[in-house]
Amino acid sequence: MKAARIAPPSEDKRWRVIDATMRRHGYHAHALIETLHATQESFGFLDEDALRYIAATLGVALSHVYGVATFYRRFTLKPRGARHTCVVCTGTACHLKGAPALLEALQQRIDHDPTNPPVSILAARCLASCGLAPAVVFDGKVVGNLTPDLALERIEKWLHHES
Amino acid sequence: MPSSVRVKTLRIDDLDVAGDEQQTIFDVAVEHAIPIPTLCHLDGLGAVGACRMCLVEVTSANQTRLQPACATPIEEGMQIVTNSPRLQEYRRMILELLFAEGNHVCAVCVSNGHCELQGLAQSLGMTHVRFPYHYPQRSVDASHRRFVVDHNRCILCTRCVRVCAEIEGAHTWDVMGASSQTQVITDLNQPWAEAETCTGCGKCIHVCPTGALFEKGYSVAEMHKRRQFLPYLRAMREREP
Repeated sequence: MKAARIAPPSEDKRWRVIDATMRRHGYHAHALIETLHATQESFGFLDEDALRYIAATLGVALSHVYGVATFYRRFTLKPRGARHTCVVCTGTACHLKGAPALLEALQQRIDHDPTNPPVSILAARCLASCGLAPAVVFDGKVVGNLTPDLALERIEKWLHHES
Repeated sequence: MPSSVRVKTLRIDDLDVAGDEQQTIFDVAVEHAIPIPTLCHLDGLGAVGACRMCLVEVTSANQTRLQPACATPIEEGMQIVTNSPRLQEYRRMILELLFAEGNHVCAVCVSNGHCELQGLAQSLGMTHVRFPYHYPQRSVDASHRRFVVDHNRCILCTRCVRVCAEIEGAHTWDVMGASSQTQVITDLNQPWAEAETCTGCGKCIHVCPTGALFEKGYSVAEMHKRRQFLPYLRAMREREP
């Protein structure tokens, strides 16, 4: 018997990717690692809401989900060493619209900053926001139709206002 | 019980024995009163082969291998040695590694005198630990109203995980992390008191081989564990309605 399907933790469109992954595997418990991968790629890390949602939807114990998420180094429960996360979509639409250049520009900006800024740049496979391509998620907020300059401008705000 | 049980014959320590194909080496040894030391194994729980204490020498098809008796099904014509100088040496070494890995201080432990780890060290003649102690930084969670988990004393046998998942059906416990960071957790690594799936049944307390899980209100050497409920609960669970 499967538990009744519950709603994703937020309105964030990235949950569609996670839902699609679980659906593709028939909501079987063995889809756990695949689902954690999809979540890690889309959000950059696995927070408590995500773990609870996945556990409830796949009908797996909370402690089991936590155990798997902490066993593998590829999964992280917190944004990697940074206060801000910047997830660049590298799905097909975004790729065609210039995601590689965005990623390159952001990475260059952060990597070459001697002050070691509190920003982590991540790449996701698809954010399910292809209409906005190329899209980047800045601290959970999806921003579309970006150019490298516009994306850098966003980052600069974080770096200078410390917010 | 299906009528077409296939019987296999094998030899354990110069004794010709037979068992049905579903049985493990350990099951058959127990039936014939052949002692094999165990730590993670517990009658009524599924086998994991985590502690390697029950390693035996298995010769089959002209090859001798070390196999955990609790998790190895019997095969026709197996030749098994359950006790040899080599096995004794390995078992002592495993125990020493367990002692070196955690913080096992018997003198202040609630389970002193009733601890399976301590008991095995005595019965297998472990006199000292040849490996450097790790003295890991581990925590104690006493948030639960009745129970305490002291990770210093945990040997990660996963009995608590299995009894909670297999018998109680709550699966509150599991294991997190890897290598030296491994530890047992309740739900999302929350304080035990906040673990919403825990029913507070206390089965984990009583299956724990050491003083890692104990009940509040007991002092040094006062925690006696009772496990007689386990084979009964397993039998009742498996009985057809």
